[in-house]
Amino acid sequence: MNEFKGQTLSWQIVNGAIELALHRDPCNEIGSLTLEELEKFAAALPGLGDEAQALIIHSTLKAGFSAGADLRELFQRGQAMEKDAALRGVQDFLQRIHGVMNALDAAPLTTIAAVHGVTFGGGFELALVCDIMIADRMARFCFPELRLGLIPGFGGIPRLKRDLGNAVVRDLLLTGRSFNVMKAQQIGLVSQIAAEGEALRVARATASQVGKFDRQTAAVAKAFVKPIPYDELKREIDIFCNLYSRPAVAEGLRKFVENEGVQPYLP
Amino acid sequence: MSAPTIDHTLDEILNLAASHFKVPREKLTADDDFFKTLGIDSLQALDLLTRLEHHFRIELPDYELQGVSDFRTLANRIQARL
Repeated sequence: MNEFKGQTLSWQIVNGAIELALHRDPCNEIGSLTLEELEKFAAALPGLGDEAQALIIHSTLKAGFSAGADLRELFQRGQAMEKDAALRGVQDFLQRIHGVMNALDAAPLTTIAAVHGVTFGGGFELALVCDIMIADRMARFCFPELRLGLIPGFGGIPRLKRDLGNAVVRDLLLTGRSFNVMKAQQIGLVSQIAAEGEALRVARATASQVGKFDRQTAAVAKAFVKPIPYDELKREIDIFCNLYSRPAVAEGLRKFVENEGVQPYLP
Repeated sequence: MSAPTIDHTLDEILNLAASHFKVPREKLTADDDFFKTLGIDSLQALDLLTRLEHHFRIELPDYELQGVSDFRTLANRIQARL
């Protein structure tokens, strides 16, 4: 399937690069429908990879790359079923999204996240699976999960630890603060900064450059420098599920979802 | 080099907000609720925060702005980082 137009995302091959575009309003919240379509993409990826040298993930929405997991869906599903069933549902969702993230992480293509605006939580985790992050000058990053009594659940902590110094990881996780692109480049997350609205163009130029090289060599080099922390990723799911079971989390999610103030509920 | 005065910082914030959100500068005052005066939501407030960080070359954690909705308090938070 060289081209796909879904409800939450679409893909096509443009000049030898697969372009995966996220477009679920309001800001690409990742819920069950996005997961289904991401799984479709992961299944199509080996075939697409035969015809492309790179993958670019970007968002067509003005608000940003992605606001992360769909917390409304998470809360509502938790309310609609028994506690054990809700927990099994969360565990199943996490295992499936980890399957997608791991497939993207291990893809033999060179993968590029072209991010702008809000790049939070699960959206940040999706960008983190990519080999190269190119960010618009107005991009903003955050792992807000601890502010709601959780940890990132889509592989964020092991992948942050893979890429950054532990002191920086602690700061970002334990404060849950958002930070701008200058900080992101300073700590080594973002490799190139683009002017406002230009991240996709810069990503396309980068994809064109990496396409000049022998694919097998590029794939071997990538596998050599970017090991996937499978054991820690599994532990992350366990820790997330243990935390999710506590009443404080449901209460935090309720406050977040039911908040009608102009500022989000994020303690 | 000494830090700019709070009045100067406030003036720069008002200029930037007026210019970016296309609101006449003379309609903005220090004690305005910027969510109302600029007609912005929380995502646009984050956009404003990023622009201010770039302009003043500072880092301003978003938790320092919890409950802050007027330009004067915003200027004070920024001033503390200059």
